[in-house]
Amino acid sequence: MDKITRFSSRTVVLPQSDIDTDQIVPARFLTTTTRKGLGKALFADWRYDKAGQPRADFALNRPEAAGCSILVAGNNFGCGSSREHAPWALLDFGIRAVISTGIADIFRNNSLKNGLVPVIVDAATHGWLLANPGADVTVDVESRRLGLPGDRSVEFPLDGFSRYCLLNGVDQLGYLLKQADAISRFEKERAWQP
Amino acid sequence: MNARSLFEKVWQDHQVVAETADAPAVLYIDLHLTHEVTTPEAFNVLKSRGLSVRRPDLTLATLDHSTPTVPVRSLKDLERVAESSAAAQIRVMIENCREAGIRLLDFDSDQRGIVHVIGPELGVTQPGKTIVCGDSHTSTHGAFGALAFGIGTTEVGHVLATQCLLQRKPKTLAINVSGRLAPGVTAKDIILAIIGRIGVGGGTGHVIEYRGEAIAALSMDERMTVCNMSIEAGARAGMIAPDDVTFQYLQGRPLAPAGAAWDQAVKRWRGLPSDAGCHFDREVSLDVSRLAPMITFGTNPGMVIPIDAAVPADSGDSSFRKSLEYMGVEAGKPMLGRPVDVVFIGSCTNSRLSDLRDAASLLRGRRVAPSVRALVVPGSQATKKQAEAEGLDKVFTAAGAEWRESGCSMCLGMNGDTVGRGQLCVSTSNRNFEGRQGIGARTVLASPLTAAATAVAGRISDPRELLAR
Repeated sequence: MDKITRFSSRTVVLPQSDIDTDQIVPARFLTTTTRKGLGKALFADWRYDKAGQPRADFALNRPEAAGCSILVAGNNFGCGSSREHAPWALLDFGIRAVISTGIADIFRNNSLKNGLVPVIVDAATHGWLLANPGADVTVDVESRRLGLPGDRSVEFPLDGFSRYCLLNGVDQLGYLLKQADAISRFEKERAWQP
Repeated sequence: MNARSLFEKVWQDHQVVAETADAPAVLYIDLHLTHEVTTPEAFNVLKSRGLSVRRPDLTLATLDHSTPTVPVRSLKDLERVAESSAAAQIRVMIENCREAGIRLLDFDSDQRGIVHVIGPELGVTQPGKTIVCGDSHTSTHGAFGALAFGIGTTEVGHVLATQCLLQRKPKTLAINVSGRLAPGVTAKDIILAIIGRIGVGGGTGHVIEYRGEAIAALSMDERMTVCNMSIEAGARAGMIAPDDVTFQYLQGRPLAPAGAAWDQAVKRWRGLPSDAGCHFDREVSLDVSRLAPMITFGTNPGMVIPIDAAVPADSGDSSFRKSLEYMGVEAGKPMLGRPVDVVFIGSCTNSRLSDLRDAASLLRGRRVAPSVRALVVPGSQATKKQAEAEGLDKVFTAAGAEWRESGCSMCLGMNGDTVGRGQLCVSTSNRNFEGRQGIGARTVLASPLTAAATAVAGRISDPRELLAR
């Protein structure tokens, strides 16, 4: 995983609340055996019309969204299934952070393991971001702060371990493998065997 | 010792390394369930790093998500009926399991089925275990007093390689359910009412424990329906204290302990229920004695009403409006009586024997309305066989419903079983998201009784009317 310290972008906004993983990447794209190339499936049923043509009115298709890497979404983003295809699709499309007032647990875990930064903000900041699409913002993993226009910034929650992994590009599997002795000891000494 | 909750006991029993301010806990996993959709990339990662599967003996695999529900007994059959990408994915799963020495319940297995149906059915889902699967409905297994939750593919790789996960300890939410259910009202209606109460994000960051007389009175099939939809309330896991109902269900199942090991296990399991006076971070109470059958009207499971109520008034919220527009539903108007195109009875929420019996009880001697396509998909091949032994298949086919092989099927429409654009489907599954059952498909979630009554009438119907006849 690449190291992530801080990055800036204009925002692209999807104001709807409870955007679920079936919207982020519909199930029919899950018959794949690789994480690659899922960007084309991102929000497929919202992005394309019946004929498969991009819908001009969908936020991610608008010219001003080109190159934006920070998505602002309604409350409870990423609810639904455990498909890691959801963060894979967002990253493949070019999204590097999602900002909301709430982000679902499994989606959040999956995002952190792939370097997609989940940014949870208060309702007032969220309201401002929803009302100002295209705002220039900065996600700073180091300081756990979201920089807003006019030198304002707000803190966002990020546990120390996740922050360390993002900053250093640490792969959590490597960390777990180093626990091999403790795992073996646990397996041997536990009171009952599964 | 401090009073501990069921969750706390299972969590503490599996800490290889306790969490600190700087690092999450290393949590040991007793059972890793896998299916074809969320594992290929995990195996790719293991292979690229030269790692092997640490405990293939604690891993069990099945084929369910992209699997056809027409008869398939081999890969050759599959390639004839399935889309090429789905067939390729299943082929990869079969190869990965063979190489790693993981037991796979393949097409030729009488035990194959939906991952959350077969674990309990085989008796490998047990109280006090930690159980994970690359599937959010893993919460189902919490019905046995296990700590069971869905994980992503990277974490599937972690468990394959180390049998452990890095986890932050979640908060606890007690949901106290009191009262006795009226006839025609089921476990599905309880969980839909709970989701309606706390909202689709209401359980985020929490493990739920469902408690109280109404929960204790449920069968294991019903408890699984409740725990299954914990994730629809945002909670990764939902648990129910194990009791004699749990033990009776498990005793004698193929992978349950036997003989002296059984007695020891039951003794241990009896110590699992939450201690009196233990702490929960939050508590919610619900009385179900006046509960009606519940149905959804919008595009998430929290948008739910009693079947005889009207869709809520327009709140002016743009997400609410967008949702109603997608569903073709009007604020302030009832759902009851709306014509439906499809009825789906199946999924890890409601495809067990008691669900099929419920549906058959209303379809026996009746016909599915000519305008409706009704699809009945048992949760496993074993469930299918049991249902056929009771003659339920004949009840369904005589009524004009399709009777299929087991699988996830029309719950998520990735195996070819889909609902058409603009069509309305009353479904016993768990998600009414836009396009969940097919592009442009509209889903109304309901119990098997409500689904069956609806199939007969061709319109959204209250099952209590048919039951009263």
